[in-house]
Amino acid sequence: MSQTITIDPVTRLEGHGKITLKTNDQGEVSEAYFTVTQVRGFEKFSQGRPFYEMPGLMARICGICPVSHLLASAKACEAIMSVTIPPTAAKLRSALNMAQTIQSHALSFFYLSSPDLLLGMDADPADRNIFGVVKVDPELGRAGVALRRFGQHIIELLGKKRIHPGWVVPGGVTEPLDSAKRDEILAMIPEAYANIRLALNWYKRIADRFRDEADHFANFPGAFLGMVGEDNGLEFTDGKLRLIDATGKILVDKLEAAQFDDHFGEAVEPYSYMKFPYYKPLGYPDGSYRVGPLARLNIATHAGTPLADIEVKEFKQLANGPVLGSFYFHHARLIDILYGIEFIERIFSDPTILDTHVRATAGVNRLEGSGVAEAPRGTLMHHYKVDENGQMLWANLVIATGQNNNAMNRGVLQTAQRYVKGDKLADGMLNRVEAVIRTFDPCLSCSTHAFGQMPLEIKLVAPDGSTLDTIRRG
Amino acid sequence: MSKIKVATVWLDGCSGCHMSFLDMDERLIELSSQIDLVFSPLVDFKIYPENVDLALVEGAISSVEDEHKIKMIRKRTKFLIAMGDCAVTANVPAMRNPFGPEPILERAYHENVSTGAQIPCVFVPALLEKVRPVHEFVPVDLFLPGCPPSADTFYTVLTDLLAGRTPDVASLTRFGA
Ligand code: SF4
Repeated sequence: MSQTITIDPVTRLEGHGKITLKTNDQGEVSEAYFTVTQVRGFEKFSQGRPFYEMPGLMARICGICPVSHLLASAKACEAIMSVTIPPTAAKLRSALNMAQTIQSHALSFFYLSSPDLLLGMDADPADRNIFGVVKVDPELGRAGVALRRFGQHIIELLGKKRIHPGWVVPGGVTEPLDSAKRDEILAMIPEAYANIRLALNWYKRIADRFRDEADHFANFPGAFLGMVGEDNGLEFTDGKLRLIDATGKILVDKLEAAQFDDHFGEAVEPYSYMKFPYYKPLGYPDGSYRVGPLARLNIATHAGTPLADIEVKEFKQLANGPVLGSFYFHHARLIDILYGIEFIERIFSDPTILDTHVRATAGVNRLEGSGVAEAPRGTLMHHYKVDENGQMLWANLVIATGQNNNAMNRGVLQTAQRYVKGDKLADGMLNRVEAVIRTFDPCLSCSTHAFGQMPLEIKLVAPDGSTLDTIRRG
Repeated sequence: MSKIKVATVWLDGCSGCHMSFLDMDERLIELSSQIDLVFSPLVDFKIYPENVDLALVEGAISSVEDEHKIKMIRKRTKFLIAMGDCAVTANVPAMRNPFGPEPILERAYHENVSTGAQIPCVFVPALLEKVRPVHEFVPVDLFLPGCPPSADTFYTVLTDLLAGRTPDVASLTRFGA
């Protein structure tokens, strides 16, 4: 008999999620839906407000990655003002962005996913949380808490508040850095290195246990989008965008924020409030792509800092070409953290970081502007239009998690078909279906910035990318 | 002594209040000897249990689903805290109120779309015409303003409540803090 299995809410996710699986008469999963339930409206209710207020307002889209919204928004505002921000402000902001990447990745890896990795996908749900991790492996749990604190504390030192700091403004930042805070940040670095080293070593020891998950957790060919620096190394704040295909071939390169709309579109499905961004020349849904830590490492040729360079080299040996299994988001996330610590150390060791010229001023010089930044979960784009007085007329936001929408859908079905059998509903099987979503670290708070609940469509796609079957609810 | 049963709930907010709760860092781990997180985005329980001692609610009430949840939570909870400005005043989510739900959908699914523009119409939870704060639906025992309230505020309030003291909220946090 066919039946419906619901996991509601999907726990240990940064947002409101729900998965529905439908089985056929043979007890095999035939359909899967990942539903998100939240109501927002930023693209509309920003209308009529002064543009310079946008960074502070848009940051309220998300309490996990407010810094990414601050930066993408400030950059869109700076395009409207037609200013280049002072170099020290740019460095301070890029360090702030890496501090956020570290804290957000620590949340994802240690608080949300390490319970599965340490205790096992089949462990007692009562223990599958950060407290359970601290009990079983106190060193690992505490390293995670400390890494998140490290990132959050740097944000607090720079911006006065850990969440929703008001420091980033159109034109730069409100206040320069003083040497006492700089010294405090540098003093925290050795402990951060020790903690990420411990986590990386631990991950590499246990990764082999999850080979089957790695093969089935959203593992398929597809394109990747992310930012790179001028030297083709990792870049989170001031680089240009690059899109590669599943073989590593560059499809688009050196893309500026203002050109984003020329290449990428957003599709709507009648049953989903989370939109489906795609690369226009390939159309929808073939032009779907992935963003985030895995995409960044697949796109960049190297990291650009010595310790992370070694790790990236090793990571790239996992595959001949781009690493296609989404399980490796976890590994990539840890490398991002290591890179972030090195980056922060480099920025704050540079004496010009104390320069007091940190803000450019200007009024409205253009009526339209776009900004991009790499959020922890991937590329984030803000695009605004204003009138001559600087009042917001229109906004469009393309959020990192939305760009993984298609891949998450495919992954849920792939995983469900592998691990869930209709006649046996062990928690560990269902937990794996949730775990595939967790590898993407979706920020559902961000991705539902527009609006709402998201029942969805699952497409079954052959390795060559052709659609074998389309499943939709209703 | 048996542990205090604590829940944290996320309605229409940005999750920043939850992140600030986590910002207690090691202090949250120490607190876990006195409290049991019985329902939260951080743990793996799917059902909001009966007899919760203390619930921290983030976010405003925006949809019929939120309304249903908050009423159920109130019934099963002894002490309910409105956590953060969205829960206390409806804050940022209420900025959609002057527009109403329709223009928001129009902007997102017609104007800002390149393929298949349409307003999604299946399986959508009905939106309330206006976003409103928690206490307009159910009684609230303690208001904890801030966007978000700081981790120190959370720690002081929780340790006060655990020790049977009434926290002096006004000295800890304020609207917009
Ligand atoms: S009060 Fe502020 S931090 Fe809390 S949910 Fe609302 S916007 Fe986010």
